[in-house]
Amino acid sequence: MDMLLDILSWALLAGGSFFIIVGNIGLVRMPDLFTRMHAASLVDTLGAGLFIAALMIQGGLTLISVKLLMMLVFVFFASPTASYALANAALSQGVKPEALKTADGEKGGESSNP
Amino acid sequence: MMFAAATAALVVAMLLALVRALMGPTVYDRVLAVNAFGTKTMLMIAVLGFLMGRPDFMDIALLYALINFIGTIAVLKFFRYGDLARPGGRAAPTDSEGES
Repeated sequence: MDMLLDILSWALLAGGSFFIIVGNIGLVRMPDLFTRMHAASLVDTLGAGLFIAALMIQGGLTLISVKLLMMLVFVFFASPTASYALANAALSQGVKPEALKTADGEKGGESSNP
Repeated sequence: MMFAAATAALVVAMLLALVRALMGPTVYDRVLAVNAFGTKTMLMIAVLGFLMGRPDFMDIALLYALINFIGTIAVLKFFRYGDLARPGGRAAPTDSEGES
């Protein structure tokens, strides 16, 4: 039984590490602020969720698991709020998504050609 | 061993977030990278608590999650209004129709 819990915890930690590294590669390589936010939200949901689930399996039914559950619930509420505030601030300050910017640029190029 | 591997993965991810924080073109990229860095720091403190056999670190990790969220919102508000004491709202900072 203990061995089974260790194997389950291993699998959850490996999955969480995979999602965290993939999210951060996306954070570095994505072309735009909003697509970078999309990649970073992967870390906050799947990465943190799988990591905290693995740690809760290791902690057992103790106060440690209650604290980990509080961390998970807080991250699940706070991360979308922070992402919304960040996107709202960036949009209101004039940061445009990359797709809209290229569409505007093509229009501007066509109108300036003739 | 399991927790050491998870810590190594977290360190690699934090280095990638630092790269984005250093070369982000706008200030919002840097805020996003610092927010992701703080989330991974919280996870790393929790994993280190299990690695070192000191589960008291969970309190520090919980506190770090709270401070990370408040810090992100405070930095965004400061860059938008230039002042932390100004009341927020839906109105843009340039027009004054929300001042009624």
